[in-house]
Amino acid sequence: MSLYAGKRQALEEAFIERDDAIPRGKPRSVSRDALRRLRANKAAMTAIVIFALIVIAAIVGPHLVPYDFETPDWSAFTAPPSIESGHYFGTDQNGRDLLARTLYGTRVSLLVALIATTVSVVVGVLYGAIAGFAGGRVDSAMMRFVDVMYALPYILFVILLMVMFGRNVFLLFAAIGLLEWLTMARIVRGQTLSLKEKEFVEAARAGGVSNFAIILRHIVPNLVGPVVIYATLTIPEIVVTESFLSYLGFGVQEPLTSLGTLISEGAAALGAADWLLLFPGGVLIVMLLALAFIGDGLRDAFDPKDR
Amino acid sequence: MLTFVLKRLASTIPVILIAITVCFFILRLAPGGPFDQERALPPDVLANLRAYYHLNDPLIVQYLRYLLRLAQLDLGPSFVTKDFTVAQQIAIGLPYTLIVGGSAFFLAIVGGITAGIYGALYQNRSADWLIAIVAMAGLVVPNFLVAPILQLVFGVHLAWLPVGGWGDGSIRFLAMPVVVLALPHIARISRLMRGSLIETLNSNFIKTATAKGIGRRRVVLKHALRPALTPVVSYLGPAASYLLTGSIVVEQIFGIPGIGRYFVQAALNRDYGMVLGTVVFYMALIVVLNLLVDLAYAWLDPKVRQR
Repeated sequence: MSLYAGKRQALEEAFIERDDAIPRGKPRSVSRDALRRLRANKAAMTAIVIFALIVIAAIVGPHLVPYDFETPDWSAFTAPPSIESGHYFGTDQNGRDLLARTLYGTRVSLLVALIATTVSVVVGVLYGAIAGFAGGRVDSAMMRFVDVMYALPYILFVILLMVMFGRNVFLLFAAIGLLEWLTMARIVRGQTLSLKEKEFVEAARAGGVSNFAIILRHIVPNLVGPVVIYATLTIPEIVVTESFLSYLGFGVQEPLTSLGTLISEGAAALGAADWLLLFPGGVLIVMLLALAFIGDGLRDAFDPKDR
Repeated sequence: MLTFVLKRLASTIPVILIAITVCFFILRLAPGGPFDQERALPPDVLANLRAYYHLNDPLIVQYLRYLLRLAQLDLGPSFVTKDFTVAQQIAIGLPYTLIVGGSAFFLAIVGGITAGIYGALYQNRSADWLIAIVAMAGLVVPNFLVAPILQLVFGVHLAWLPVGGWGDGSIRFLAMPVVVLALPHIARISRLMRGSLIETLNSNFIKTATAKGIGRRRVVLKHALRPALTPVVSYLGPAASYLLTGSIVVEQIFGIPGIGRYFVQAALNRDYGMVLGTVVFYMALIVVLNLLVDLAYAWLDPKVRQR
């Protein structure tokens, strides 16, 4: 979706055409350096704490709240939020506790995002590393393919995939992960191009290590920085895509629920039960903001231009 | 100039071809077909229908037949909506999509540039911060959440605007969908504009102009604005295609009968002809819009023109 397009561009500029000079002076560990800078970034650290709290709440929360996410409370239908009744977020039209549903929905949204992001990272890293390492014609053919895929309108394809995999949410998001790997592949390729000229790769090759083993053992571990950054940008994209599909009624189906499904239900109850929209919507906004700040912080921390 | 245009158009043909191919096969591999209904058709009728639409031929033959027809600029019949060809349906939906999308495009440019100039001229003052915060929110909060919140506030509680629908197509009906669609792009453009104007204002020719005693307003509007606009203009191409695909969501939420709604409906009904036709149309539109933006870019930046 459009949200992170600019960030994506900035990232690409930062990493793809990176033609590193050999660092002079005392060598420093890239990741330790980045970690130090990240710790100094207050906004990013706050965002990390908030996001961690959301994740923990999504994992353990459903077990702690007094109500279950799918069992109706027969004494409270469409009840507004109240402390006394224990329905802190209120209940929906079927008397189900909204707090429990929101926690559970957050869990599903995060799980779906995790699946899709994992798929996109694995495919993107391998594709980009192979293209960059092979070089020459293979490389240009593979990257040409990425260019073409880029030009395809994302939402159209998401909707088509939904038609194909609509029955199984987790399969659907694995498939969406297969649409999301393009930028990852570009970034990784750019990094690989400069990495493969480094001495340690030459040494490995001289030692008779096979190409594939060089990619996996020597190139990929050096890509951690950009891969982590871009993965943190992919997670919110997938969360939004999931919510969008669920909002349209195609994503996560009852009895499972997700933030998008909840927002869609809340939007349907507009004016009658505003809390049904506001609580899940609020959680989604906080989560997306936190992820945006984390992504920004990581990028600043790892930005090679800054060194 | 003409060769430039023709070359650009020619280079997009493979992209469109791949998009068609991918769509075609995803749709055909998806479970279900255009003639599945609640009440199953009598087998003879179904067989006749399938034969009439050539659905019994091998896939590859159907694919080639579609391409052949497309080469004659014929999008073919709709499989589900009787009596309408795909082109006719697109023609019915197009004005709505164009009005909403075009207004949003205009609003994004005007609003974004104004906010960006304001932010650059009053750096780090409260107005600048306010714009930055709104821009962050506009970028992070997805449109399917902004929309119901606006509907809630302006439609339900304040009752200033209708919650949805097209009505008489007046500004009262258009306001919310257009704002929702434009918001992320206002945000993006204002950020681009602010950054690039600040950079331009620090350059030497602006100092010269100021030193010559030209008023501040004239310096900004006559000298700084045009060079500062280049990053904004290069974003307009992607923005146009995001607006086009983003309108799918907005049309769905606000119940506007544009192409996006037809597309979603067609995807759900497995209307093979309509889905492919819409994808082709979207892609063609995006190509044309990008071309126009490139031409504007060449007009703005002499460096590009000379190439």
